[in-house]
Amino acid sequence: MLGLILRRLSISAVILLLVSMLVFVATLLLPGDPAQAMLGQQATPDRLEALREQMNLNDPFAERYLHWLGGLFVGDFGVSAASGGSVAELLGDRIAASLVLMALAAAISIPVGILVGTYSAMRRGKAGDHAATGISLVLAALPDFVIGIALVTLFSTTVFTVLPSVTMAPPGEQVWDYPSQLILPVLTLVLVVMPYIIRMMRTTMIEVLDSGYVEMARLKGVPERQVIWRHALPHAIAPVAQVVAIQLAWLAGGIVVVEFLFRYPGVGQALVDAVTNRDVQVVQALAMLIAAVYVVVNLLADIVGIVTNPKLRTGGTR
Amino acid sequence: MSTLIEASTDLALRANDLRVATTLGQEILHGVSFTLQRGRMLALVGESGSGKTTAGLACLGYFRTGLEHTGGTIELSDGTDLLALTDAGRRGLRGGSISYVPQDPALSLNPAMRIGTQIMEVLRVHGYGASEAERRERLADVLTDVGLPNDAAYQRRWPHELSGGQQQRVGIAMAFAFRPEVMVMDEPTTGLDVTTQALVLQTIHQLVTAHNVAGLYITHDLAVVSEVADEVAVMLSGRIVEQGPSDRVLHDPVHSYTRKLLNAVPDLAGRHHIGEVEAVTGALPIISRERAASARVATPEVAGTLLSVRDLRLSYGKNPVLNGIDLELGRGESLMLLGESGSGKTTAARCIAGLNGNFTGTVSLAGQTLAPGTRQRSAEERHRIQYVFQSPLSSLNPRRTIGESVEVPLHMSGSFNRKQRRALVLEALDQVQLAASFIDRRPGQLSGGERQRAAIARALVNAPSVLVCDEVTSALDVSVQASIIDLLRTLQVETGMAMVFVTHNIALARHISQRLAVLHAGRIVDLGTTDAVLENPQHSYTRELLTHVPTL
Repeated sequence: MLGLILRRLSISAVILLLVSMLVFVATLLLPGDPAQAMLGQQATPDRLEALREQMNLNDPFAERYLHWLGGLFVGDFGVSAASGGSVAELLGDRIAASLVLMALAAAISIPVGILVGTYSAMRRGKAGDHAATGISLVLAALPDFVIGIALVTLFSTTVFTVLPSVTMAPPGEQVWDYPSQLILPVLTLVLVVMPYIIRMMRTTMIEVLDSGYVEMARLKGVPERQVIWRHALPHAIAPVAQVVAIQLAWLAGGIVVVEFLFRYPGVGQALVDAVTNRDVQVVQALAMLIAAVYVVVNLLADIVGIVTNPKLRTGGTR
Repeated sequence: MSTLIEASTDLALRANDLRVATTLGQEILHGVSFTLQRGRMLALVGESGSGKTTAGLACLGYFRTGLEHTGGTIELSDGTDLLALTDAGRRGLRGGSISYVPQDPALSLNPAMRIGTQIMEVLRVHGYGASEAERRERLADVLTDVGLPNDAAYQRRWPHELSGGQQQRVGIAMAFAFRPEVMVMDEPTTGLDVTTQALVLQTIHQLVTAHNVAGLYITHDLAVVSEVADEVAVMLSGRIVEQGPSDRVLHDPVHSYTRKLLNAVPDLAGRHHIGEVEAVTGALPIISRERAASARVATPEVAGTLLSVRDLRLSYGKNPVLNGIDLELGRGESLMLLGESGSGKTTAARCIAGLNGNFTGTVSLAGQTLAPGTRQRSAEERHRIQYVFQSPLSSLNPRRTIGESVEVPLHMSGSFNRKQRRALVLEALDQVQLAASFIDRRPGQLSGGERQRAAIARALVNAPSVLVCDEVTSALDVSVQASIIDLLRTLQVETGMAMVFVTHNIALARHISQRLAVLHAGRIVDLGTTDAVLENPQHSYTRELLTHVPTL
């Protein structure tokens, strides 16, 4: 099992390395000169040259890439061209804020999605199942911003005015100090992510419930609750983990729209700002970060798949 | 009075006028009654669709999705009606005092649970003993009872780390762990090789007699019945048509259906002609013909070698599958390629037909060496060797009519017009005794036997000189198997084609083949005329195989 996981891990590392090359080349191709962007149109050629030298912009391409790559490993993401401050410092709070949003959305949507999907599969063809599949289908068909706007209309403007529609934290305080501000953005993400988990869980669970070993467990006299938890769920979970991974990875990028909608001070907003300001270092750092989230969640899904399948765990020969 | 008491203490379970219907209202069991007694085994015999599994599961108060109990009772030894109990009440009995051994252990054991845990689960759920230590002890005992190692390492194995026979023993151990009064066994040996089957049957027999368990053994295999059962109940479309002591039913059957079933059972000695029966399950009439009633397969004049295989070798990765096979097939000759699962028999057949071209060695037809794969063989060469697959359901395209499927090989040759093709298709259908009306039907509308006939017709339409039949009867009921065997034998005599009959069922040998090749671990260990191999086997493997064949 360890060998299998190590192999996946090394593949992940190679993927991240390739992504870093792509990101570096792509940002180089962006029009404009970072030194010019920092100093403005009135800068003298001498000062521009000095800054270029200071930012290593005159070094050969490969050397700059290696320098940047080396920095990533020690948490040095370079200097922001727009503000002149360290990228790591600039993004630290933003990343934490976004992670809070993602973690809350995942912590709610994964267990609830699995439970609703399982319930739906157990009540196949009955009213509860029809309601769950119907609602999840409608939600899956709606884009994230539509869900967000509908929630804002419902809870903070037109119908009820119980929840804040934008996030406002005074400087120096964190977004999570104001929990009520988190409700709508988290709810939006949950409603976007959960339908897929429900539908996948229902499909795999129905398949597993029809299997011979579930029938055998019932014929052994195992109580129904234990049949579901011990015999059915472990088999249904591996395919669902893949869907969860895709959804979490989507969260890393899709969070941009939701953060924009709720004025939430996370990485999404930072990315939008950085692209507008041609802040190359910040764009590079954020692109790497989002790629890393993709790779890590997919790796986790593979590990869940390996752990729940004893054939992969023990043999590895097939 | 005393006899009455004695009778009732022996009684373990009595099904009274049991009726089961689909939730749409179609009745599946039309009033089935039987009695299970301690220390005795009742065999419930029937072909697919007869309702035997439904009746077996009803003994556990279990009905599959889409089925419901509509009448009758299951009376237990203490007089309670199992079917009147609540769900919780039935659950308390299942796996405890009434247990079940499933047909396919590979599907019925949870692949993500260690086998020890799965057996322990039964003991825990039903509260065996007073402590966990006592349950552990019982787990070790029951593994010994079914002839498996009982050490901790073995208990920690996963189902996929066991062979089919070991998996089935775990299934039996699970059913036996709580010392049940009644055991329902649903074709527990169907997927097993004869040697393994013999051992599993022996285990079951020992457990039932030594521990005074009442057994219900569900099967379609009458030869197995004679080995294990004290009584037999024969089921036909949801009714028990004949019931009695197994000696009487098997040797002096009263009902015509029982006689048909018995006549269809192939026997090693080849005492009777198994093709006398017509398939019982066919919906459309099958054209029957006058045919000679000779029991033995007539030996045609073998004029020279048609197909010859030299030093056929193949391995998947490091695993050798075929270790050098040499075979010769004369014109018009029928050769049985016999082997257990994993012996390489299907692989060898596929190499001959060119479906697997990765072998080394040569396959030559009428003196000409053939290219390994079908893609390199000429159309003419491909026509001359035709292949019939085990499952007609997956080898016939479900969207095509039978006529279209049978016509495909004719399209490939391209030398016939529409009218000629239709005439040839009708002729092929007639050869396999399917009426012309089948031409517009689709595989889904046919019974298993009819589908296999259609698949054979497709192979025949180009008049091949070699027909390779890969386990063509193993998915079929005995009566249907008998009619297919009879058909192949007739075709062989009529058309003079040679045949390679691949099977694991040695009992068919005298019914289909003139020569017999026994394959073991990728090698031919015994080869000769059928009589010679059966009467004077050279290899210990063949001898072992022969001793384990169940006979009536």
